[in-house]
Amino acid sequence: MKDAYWPLILVLLLAVGFGVVAVLMSTLLGPKKPDPIKLSPYECGVDPVGDARMPFFVHYYVVALLFLIFDIEVVFTYPWAVYFKKLGLFGLLEMVVFIAVFLAIFIYVWGRGALEWE
Amino acid sequence: MMVLILAVVLIPLLGATINGLFCWFTKRKAHIIAVPAIAIPAIVSLILLARVLQGERFDQVLYWWIPLGDFRVPIGFLLDELSAIMITTVTFVATWIHVYSIGYMDHETPRGYAKYFCYLNLFVFFMLTLCLANNFLLMFVGWEGVGLCSYLLIGYWYEKASAANAGMKAFVVNRIGDFGFMIGLFLIYKHLGTLLFSQAFASAEQLSVGVATLITLLLFTGATGKSAQIPLYVWLPDAMEGPTPVSSLIHAATMVTAGVYMVARTHALFNMAPLSMEVVASIGAATALMAATMALVNNDLKRILAYSTVSQLGYMFVGVGVGVYAAGIFHLFTHAFFKGLMFLTAGSVMHALHGELNLQKMGGLIKKMPITGWTFVVGALAIAGIPPLAGFWSKDEILAGAFMGGHRIIWAVGTFTAFLTAFYMFRLIFLTFFGEPREKHLYDHAHESPPVMTIPLIVLAVGSAVVGLLALAPHGGIVGFLNRTLGEAHEAAGHEGGLTYILMVISVAMGVAGVVLAYFMYMKRMPDPVAMARNFRPVYTLLYNKYYVDEIYFAFIVNPVVGGSRYALWKFVDVIIIDGAVNGVGRLCRLVGGGLRYIQTGFIPDYAWMILVGAVVIYWIGRLF
Amino acid sequence: MNVTVPMPNLSLVVPEILMVILACGLLLVDLFIPKDRKRVVGYIALAGVVVVGVVTAAFWGKMAQPATTFSGTFVLDRFALFFKEVFLFTTGITILISLKYLEIEKVSLGEYYALMLFCTLGMMIMVSGADLIVIYLGIETMALSVYVLAGFMKFDHKCTEAALKYFLLGVFISGILLYGITLIYAATGSTQLAQVAAVIKEKGLAKNPLLVLAMFMLAAGLGLEIAMAPFHFWAPDVYEGAPTPITAFISVAPKAAAFAALVRIFYHGIQLLEPQWQILLWIICAVTMTIGNVTALMQQNVKRMLAYSSVAHAGYILLGVLAANQVGVQGIAFYFFAYAFMNMGAFGLVIYLRRENIVGDDIDDFKGLAQTHPLLAVIMVVFLLSLAGIPPTAGFVGKFLLFAAAIKAGFYWLVALAALNSVVALFYYFRIAKAMYMQSPEPLPQLSPGRGLVLALVVVGVFTLFFGIYPQPLMSLAKDTAHTFMMFLS
Repeated sequence: MKDAYWPLILVLLLAVGFGVVAVLMSTLLGPKKPDPIKLSPYECGVDPVGDARMPFFVHYYVVALLFLIFDIEVVFTYPWAVYFKKLGLFGLLEMVVFIAVFLAIFIYVWGRGALEWE
Repeated sequence: MMVLILAVVLIPLLGATINGLFCWFTKRKAHIIAVPAIAIPAIVSLILLARVLQGERFDQVLYWWIPLGDFRVPIGFLLDELSAIMITTVTFVATWIHVYSIGYMDHETPRGYAKYFCYLNLFVFFMLTLCLANNFLLMFVGWEGVGLCSYLLIGYWYEKASAANAGMKAFVVNRIGDFGFMIGLFLIYKHLGTLLFSQAFASAEQLSVGVATLITLLLFTGATGKSAQIPLYVWLPDAMEGPTPVSSLIHAATMVTAGVYMVARTHALFNMAPLSMEVVASIGAATALMAATMALVNNDLKRILAYSTVSQLGYMFVGVGVGVYAAGIFHLFTHAFFKGLMFLTAGSVMHALHGELNLQKMGGLIKKMPITGWTFVVGALAIAGIPPLAGFWSKDEILAGAFMGGHRIIWAVGTFTAFLTAFYMFRLIFLTFFGEPREKHLYDHAHESPPVMTIPLIVLAVGSAVVGLLALAPHGGIVGFLNRTLGEAHEAAGHEGGLTYILMVISVAMGVAGVVLAYFMYMKRMPDPVAMARNFRPVYTLLYNKYYVDEIYFAFIVNPVVGGSRYALWKFVDVIIIDGAVNGVGRLCRLVGGGLRYIQTGFIPDYAWMILVGAVVIYWIGRLF
Repeated sequence: MNVTVPMPNLSLVVPEILMVILACGLLLVDLFIPKDRKRVVGYIALAGVVVVGVVTAAFWGKMAQPATTFSGTFVLDRFALFFKEVFLFTTGITILISLKYLEIEKVSLGEYYALMLFCTLGMMIMVSGADLIVIYLGIETMALSVYVLAGFMKFDHKCTEAALKYFLLGVFISGILLYGITLIYAATGSTQLAQVAAVIKEKGLAKNPLLVLAMFMLAAGLGLEIAMAPFHFWAPDVYEGAPTPITAFISVAPKAAAFAALVRIFYHGIQLLEPQWQILLWIICAVTMTIGNVTALMQQNVKRMLAYSSVAHAGYILLGVLAANQVGVQGIAFYFFAYAFMNMGAFGLVIYLRRENIVGDDIDDFKGLAQTHPLLAVIMVVFLLSLAGIPPTAGFVGKFLLFAAAIKAGFYWLVALAALNSVVALFYYFRIAKAMYMQSPEPLPQLSPGRGLVLALVVVGVFTLFFGIYPQPLMSLAKDTAHTFMMFLS
């Protein structure tokens, strides 16, 4: 029973090791010419330090949220595609329903004007 | 049959609901709903009566209210000879009184008009529930319901202090009676284990005489309240503050007879308790006599009629008390016609004279209002027991029953009361309708009422004249019909034989004597009533002040209670103990509530902490067990 | 690797499927309806709810035995059906009383109705959940919709504040609930109620501290929606701030759903922990009733007062849960319909009093109503009588059943406390009656009620009285519900 987890631990070790090695290597081998812009943490262009209560553009988050939802939709289709044959007609119908729900959401979002960027 | 019975009960309720909820809409047209809401049940009642005549009977539980294990409250109806007669009487008289009200209440505000008809319909609904119930609890619902409607209608003109007070008096006095009734119900449930009439009466014989006596006396206490008998009759004369059609329907024809009906309905229990029967008969006779004497000298048109009602109810109790239940119900039936009629005529007179009620200011009105006058004479002849009008037959049955049953004293009192009845009724007639008008001004403005009021008068007058003849119908007449349910306690020795006729002649003679005496005293002034009053001043004063009963009640009951409650109860028990307790509890609640209000800060972190702390506290309390 | 997909019996979820289609369809339809005609969306939603209600009712006859689907995680029995009807009825009435209100508040958005339907869907799933995860799914579907609905008037500060409070506390408690579920899984290795029950029995885990803690957390999680002490703190603030129709809705439907889930989990999942949860619920019941009634005494705002009164009612209903007998479940079922009638009615009256610049939720707004609107006053008295539990109203019958169940189970002291509490409750209910009948009206702008509101008031008013006078039809339905539910137990 416990043997079944060994490959998993191996993969974990490999992943962590690769990350550690990569960072270590670049620090040791790479040239260092620091300047303030280079030293600031990368935050998608948003100033990382400052007043948290600043007004922000809500629309940005709406789009992010929508992206997340549709992204997950796509993620779901992968395992389905893998087992497409075995799942048969029922699987197909399930996916049709799933997609239909997303279609409804899409139409709604579109109709509501959530995709228009001023 | 179930459908028909439900129709009879529910249609008035429907009418009341419509007028009650949509009074802003029905307004002046309220009677368009209200009158059919009674007229249709009246017709249906006749159909039901016809079917009962053919020997049908109905006793069924419609459904059980909150059926849960052993505790079951039945909702069901019973239609037999007794209830058939009752509902026919109630709906018939009520129909005509509703019609009459259209004319009588035409001065009311539109909304008040609709409200009035709503109450009236609601009253009929409760009255029919009372009459048709097949168990004690539903009967009690009807019983309380009619009381409520009566209270609302007495206080209809609640702006008038006297009306509001009269309503309150009726309410309080009735509560005393109802309390007895309720204890009676508890005892019945305790000893018989059922509230259904059929089961209770079937097992009535298991009761010991003592328990039966206690139960029946308690039930009779309820009856004395509702049916205005000694000692609880005092509310009825005051109830005349209500609109006159209400006095006619509720305080003469129907509701006040509920006590008689209840005694007749529970006759199986009363038969078990001879002592209670004696009490009922004696109280009935005493009330009949006392109320009649009070009516002799009164000058208020409606109050005389009210005392007369009390007196006639006394007769009915004599009937049921001596065991001739059918005769008592028969009198109830005829009385509904002639007393309803007389109240309506009184209303007609009031309507014409702008509310004047003092006999001494009237006179000669028959020329101005012939229909009103002559229909009243018919009613008075009926109540005086002049054959062949209705009152003669029923009163004679009761008196004969009393005599045959060996209650000679009660018979004598009843016969003498018959004489008084004839006398005071014709005194009223001669002072009101005949002779010279004493107040020129009032007389000149008097006028006959519109047809919508006079037609009911004529119908009820015809009824008063002929319904008594039902006694002569085949198979023992109406009494024989009722006896199919009621069964005499002891056979009234048959109605044949010379003795019956002698009794009949005596009672008729008494009636005629009363009329003649009234004629001489008030038309011919010999002997002059004023001189009489002077010569017998103590008696006159005593009667005029209604035996000072109200004063006695005030002196010995109301004032001590009020005073006692003021000083002993209010000052001490109430202020210190009860108020202390109530205020203490109130203060505690407020304190706790106020404290709890501080917990309710409105801040989410506080709430989250509170939840956590509360949860932990509860968890640890839980662990203690 | 071989994958077998068990084909779920979809016929058991037809009402839920219809609800999803209806709600999604409504969102789309709403796009094509101009802003001033949003009322139409409400009508469609109402018609849909009625259809789903009829479809759900059609299952009743077939469900004498419970049936499960989705590998035993979703159960359809009469208990679920009965509560689904309660939700659908409440939703229908809420839609009726919302039509005019939204126009007055100028927030006529089609999403309102769609959200309400999603919320109903969540509750329908919740009562059918035979697995803690499904129940949790239902709770979240319901709760997320309700959070938005509670803050629907987004320009009203009180309203948004209420929504935020509700959301934050809801999320907080949701975490606790989930933790409870994981603890159950940890102790028994399953989240399916039937298996949980089997494992507890098999391994004798009735006194397992992990399970006791889990039970406690589940009670807390559902206790928030039930609004039982000490999880009731959100209720008054949210009830006061939320749009009144939504207040009416959340005072009935989510409470019913949470109670149904609580009963199902406690009776079917951890029934062997009965000694433990009886102690827990005994304390909560006593505290809830008392806190609700005592605090309600102090309120001047009718919505707040009704919020505390609803806390108190939760306490009465807990009596039925505590009794753990058939009459108890019957009482809970009956009470929720009765409670839907009377509480929706009382809140409906508050909406009726909504007029220009006046919310109509202050006791003073009820002054002299008997003179200006006698009909309204009478209907309100019916609701108040029912809430106070006085015959002949549905509220009395419901309370009677609950008390009878508790007495049967031997909780005499608690019933005595409940009876005392009912007396206290009379005071604040009759403060409203007193304002209506004993005080004279103040000159106020005219009322302009919508037809839907009037219809809703008449329906619930008639039902309140009808089932008070003739409770048998509803009682026998509730009895069947309880019977099949308890049958499953033994």
